[in-house]
Amino acid sequence: MTALRQGDDDVLTAGGLINLNGAAVRFDPAGVLHWPEERLVVVADLHLEKGSSQGSRGRFVPPYDTRATLRALAAVLGRLRPERVIALGDSFHDGGAEGRLAPADFDSLAALVAGADWTWVAGNHDPLPPAGLGGRPVEEIAVGSLTFRHAPRPGRAAGEVAGHLHPAAKVGRVRSVRRRAFVSDGGRCILPAFGAYTGGLNVMDAAFAGLFERARLIAWMLSDNRVYPVRSAEFIPD
Amino acid sequence: MTETRPLPPKFEAWFASRGWQPRAHQLALIEHGLAGRSVLLIAPTGAGKTLAGFLPTLVDLAARPKWKPGTRRRGIHTLYVSPLKALAVDIERNLETPVAGIGLDVAIETRTGDTSASRRQRQKLIPPDILLTTPEQLALLLAGSDAETFFEDLKTVILDELHALVTSKRGDLLALGLARLRAIAPQMRTVGLSATVADPDELRAWLVPQAPDAPPALSEIVTVAGGAKPDIRIFEADESIPWAGHSARYAYDGLLAEIGRHRMTLIFVNTRSQAEMIFSELWRINEATLPIALHHGSLDVGQRRKVEAAMADGRLRAVVATSTLDLGIDWGDIDLVIHVGAPKGASRLAQRVGRANHRMDEPSKALLVPANRFEVLECQAALDANYVGAQDTPPIRDGALDVLAQHVLGRAVAGPFRADDLYAEVVSAYPYRRLGRHRFDRVVDLVATGGYALRAYERYAKIKLTADGTFRLTHPRFAQGYRLNVGTIIESPMLKVRLGGKARGHGPVMGGRLLGEVEEYFCEQMKVGDTFLFAGEVLRFEGLRETEVIVSRTKSSDPRIPVYAGGRFPLSTFLAASVRRLIADPESWGRLPAPVRDWLALQKEHSLLPRPDGLLIETFPHEGRFYLVLYPFEGRLAHQTLGMLLTRRLERFGLRPLGFVATDYVIGVWCAADVGAALSAGDPTPARLMEPDMLGDDLEAWMAESYLLKRMFKACAMIAGLVEKNAIGSQKTGRQVTVSTDLIYDVLREHQPDHILLEAAWADASSGLLDLRRLSDMLSRITGRIVHQRLGRISPLAVPIMLEVGRERIAGEADEDILRAAADDIIREAMA
Repeated sequence: MTALRQGDDDVLTAGGLINLNGAAVRFDPAGVLHWPEERLVVVADLHLEKGSSQGSRGRFVPPYDTRATLRALAAVLGRLRPERVIALGDSFHDGGAEGRLAPADFDSLAALVAGADWTWVAGNHDPLPPAGLGGRPVEEIAVGSLTFRHAPRPGRAAGEVAGHLHPAAKVGRVRSVRRRAFVSDGGRCILPAFGAYTGGLNVMDAAFAGLFERARLIAWMLSDNRVYPVRSAEFIPD
Repeated sequence: MTETRPLPPKFEAWFASRGWQPRAHQLALIEHGLAGRSVLLIAPTGAGKTLAGFLPTLVDLAARPKWKPGTRRRGIHTLYVSPLKALAVDIERNLETPVAGIGLDVAIETRTGDTSASRRQRQKLIPPDILLTTPEQLALLLAGSDAETFFEDLKTVILDELHALVTSKRGDLLALGLARLRAIAPQMRTVGLSATVADPDELRAWLVPQAPDAPPALSEIVTVAGGAKPDIRIFEADESIPWAGHSARYAYDGLLAEIGRHRMTLIFVNTRSQAEMIFSELWRINEATLPIALHHGSLDVGQRRKVEAAMADGRLRAVVATSTLDLGIDWGDIDLVIHVGAPKGASRLAQRVGRANHRMDEPSKALLVPANRFEVLECQAALDANYVGAQDTPPIRDGALDVLAQHVLGRAVAGPFRADDLYAEVVSAYPYRRLGRHRFDRVVDLVATGGYALRAYERYAKIKLTADGTFRLTHPRFAQGYRLNVGTIIESPMLKVRLGGKARGHGPVMGGRLLGEVEEYFCEQMKVGDTFLFAGEVLRFEGLRETEVIVSRTKSSDPRIPVYAGGRFPLSTFLAASVRRLIADPESWGRLPAPVRDWLALQKEHSLLPRPDGLLIETFPHEGRFYLVLYPFEGRLAHQTLGMLLTRRLERFGLRPLGFVATDYVIGVWCAADVGAALSAGDPTPARLMEPDMLGDDLEAWMAESYLLKRMFKACAMIAGLVEKNAIGSQKTGRQVTVSTDLIYDVLREHQPDHILLEAAWADASSGLLDLRRLSDMLSRITGRIVHQRLGRISPLAVPIMLEVGRERIAGEADEDILRAAADDIIREAMA
């Protein structure tokens, strides 16, 4: 590594992990936050049964999104083998979602929950915890120097890890690429949405205004096998 | 000898008063009309086609007893459907003259997307005798609960520019609408008006109901022989003709001189950006300030109407236009048509040339301006074709399933229906004649609950089979959804261009005049401060506000965002064959300009001339890379597909392809390994490289990861109503729709790959963007006739494509490269 920018020297820890308010974490390309030291994986905005929620309004999108989401989640948990999992809210698209789970999907989700110390953080789509799946419901939860809650608090909040906004970034001059992304200024982090049908909100949207120290803001854009850290100067609006 | 004259005296008198004789085809159409027979009229522009189409209606209406107050209102007598709403408006104007002149009491009205709600309402209560409309409006009328009373008296449906309609999904929608109309008004007959077509029988069959498992039923046909031979020249410049590119800059001085020599010149180009560029360049050198205007589909309607009015009044000397002026709209007294760029199809050329001198007996005068050397060949081939009257419109494809889904929902919106009845109706429409019952039922299931193997949406069904055996709509909100989303035109999302102020602080200053619309993708590449050509001026991009692009005026005369000016249409099969023949036959080169002649002669000397029935492959090294250049002349779409497949295959043979570029004529591939040496050594042989089996597994594998299929799927999903173009009360932006249909596509492909909409998307892609049929025809044509020419350096014929290599973005450039370029250097190294 050569010449770091002023104030950049703490983006990464000595061990090559990402420095998030003092915690050494990984932004996994699958879209989950991995904290190896705590054996913790955090996943945001699963939005299970979003498809059937659309379907109930006559928009018959393929009803396979829950299956796809759970399959992806099982793959990443199988790879990282965490002891603890925090589902960061909006795990279910609506209050009736748990009841609409196909039996096979219900079983595979229950198996995932049973396989780890599982925490359901309440979200705006799912203020009430699931009834029959196990796991521990919380409004928010602190681990070490980090606090995990669904929606980011207005203004700066060092150590906050949130979801809710579904961040995505767009880059490119002649042709553009838009990807889901972790956004972080080293103090706070907002996770990309994990659900198969969750779209992304451009990080230049007003909803992100004031949440980050702009000079240190980096969008970690998801790709197949790695994440690409991109500075705000490269962002383009939708 | 006395002829029987079907024309009533009033009509005879009107013709005589104008010094006209009714023409034979006009009389023939009246006879068919009186006998209630459907008929196809094929006539060149200027033959009085529209009047001929309406005469039988006017004759019939003239003989009709006057409507007495207190009796039942009569429904529509004649429905006229055209692909352009401008055309409907124009026809209304043009019919006024004969109707007033003959002294007829006939109500003629238009109904388009622009028609006010109150007028629509009134049209339902008091139907006009003649209604002029578009396919989408017809679908909406048919979905009305009052459709049956509205249409039950219908006698005639006139379909204008039928050749342009039938090859698209709009044509499918219209064919289904006609089938519905026939069920409501069995006495109804059709009149198709068409320019030249390759296969008139297809159009004749399209016009009439088809019986299952029977040879196609055909309508009557009336053909008007071509008028005077058009006088077409190819532009000759003193300067040499460019090797590549689309600007035709070398010709601008000459074009201006031509404009000066004529009353009114129409300049056709293939794309909007070409129109913008030529318009602005002409004005740059227009010292005599000749009134020259610009007309293309992206301009604001108000501005377009102004140009049209000025043309009609003869206040302009020239108009630069795109295909928006293609169809039969008749404005002004044009005495020269200039076509910049190659015409891409002989039929299109004939149509455009027909704009000059809208009188059959005088030759139209046209000038072709090729922008590069290959276009010279194409123009010459087109010119030959026009003289022999060759025709090259594409064949009619099987009806699209997404359009059928939309029609099924529309049918349910109109009222309860039986599946058996609807199926019988649908297969009577020519494009759907081969549709099996099982596929039809799958489409009905798609409409009802999405058509999924996992029956998740049964309880939310949009239509349901009820106890009496009919399908019924389950909720009125689905009717509203249908009305908002009817139609098959899924354009690239458009953004409005509005004049505003310079960006200050958090965004652009709002609030100026609307200039027109541009495609969303065009703006994606822009940053604040970039300048581009639009509406004839250089504009500065200030930012996006919702669905509007805010721009400001600049003094700059150099737009920074280059406009890509390739053709929108691929080279037609027919013209391609003519170009191949022309190149292969040195005897015929006498007709070509000297620089092009010399170019071909050099090719003959240094390499080989491509044979008309074979394929020439050249290989040569250049600046450390190894090039493979193919000369199939099969059009850009087929070449793009072939390029993708070929690079996959070269990869497998270990020849390390780095990229390719395709034009309408040539494909160039560059490799890191010596592809020439490999082909010479027979590892692989040229025949193995080009083996038609590449359309099997290679194609499957490529399509699976291709964005093309996603784009097709998006259109199908919208047309079929799986996702909505327009939701009630909210206009989704194109971006949000893209994201969700892409996600849907990925999930569906993984979990139900045989879903009917994936089938529909595949059918669209293979016939449309991929041009698979043409590619496979080509691969079998060249089997056993592939010639590999290994060269030490670039051949003369390869020069144009080599220039494109430097100019065009390398096809297949990966998303990863873009991300890598944007990623932060320092962290990137750490994270790699």
